[in-house]
Amino acid sequence: MEATITTSLDLKGLSCPIPIVRTARAMKELAPGQLIEVFATDPGSVPDFAAWSRSTGNPLVESGEQAGVFRFVLRKKGVMR
Amino acid sequence: MSTTTLERPDAAAAPKPEQAEKLVIFAWSGDLDRVWPALILATTGAAMGKETTVLFTFWGLFPLVRDEVRITGENWMQKMLSMMNRGGTDHLKLSRMNFAGAGSAMMKHLAREHHLASPHELLDLAREMGVRLVPCQMTMDLLGLGREDLIEGLDQPAGATTALAEAQGAITLFI
Repeated sequence: MEATITTSLDLKGLSCPIPIVRTARAMKELAPGQLIEVFATDPGSVPDFAAWSRSTGNPLVESGEQAGVFRFVLRKKGVMR
Repeated sequence: MSTTTLERPDAAAAPKPEQAEKLVIFAWSGDLDRVWPALILATTGAAMGKETTVLFTFWGLFPLVRDEVRITGENWMQKMLSMMNRGGTDHLKLSRMNFAGAGSAMMKHLAREHHLASPHELLDLAREMGVRLVPCQMTMDLLGLGREDLIEGLDQPAGATTALAEAQGAITLFI
């Protein structure tokens, strides 16, 4: 079963560390397996979201860019119920 | 458009290398260009799920003074010190190129343009995120700073032993 995106965050224009901080907070509200989508414009967020994912164990399932806007999709870790 | 699928969803289930679960920052400086990164790292540590503690000591205590408090200290030396080094996150100065405050003002202007959270906002965020903010008791006594001079939401003032005990097995930074 393909999970759909539960939460979408618009963090365009914000600088480090706010995109990560806001994402981490929003992630707390999700159930394991749920997906969150984040839009950001800080180029540092590309390595930072990858590092946050590696460090916290929440998989980064997608990382892309369109017209200067980065889009990340993260999955909340843990077993889906 | 470029999109990359990065990993299998179960890749995170694989054992990870040993990671420090705690972050301890010794905030020694009261300079804008040190307090700022210290608070950025503290909030990021909390966002990464690390149990984060910041111990404020020496000049690092002054940013914790309430912005509206002008003079602190009990004797003339402590009062003089607070006159020359006003506390509060709104009154921080750059360590270099301050130019009697013009440099700091320009830096804050640039930061606003780049939508960078201010030290004040980061300090609020740190408290909301459960970062432990611990003022050093000895420095408070030395500089004549009372609990009433400092902002709300701080941990109980403590000493070097608490700081080092907390730092065991943690990532430690002295800023």
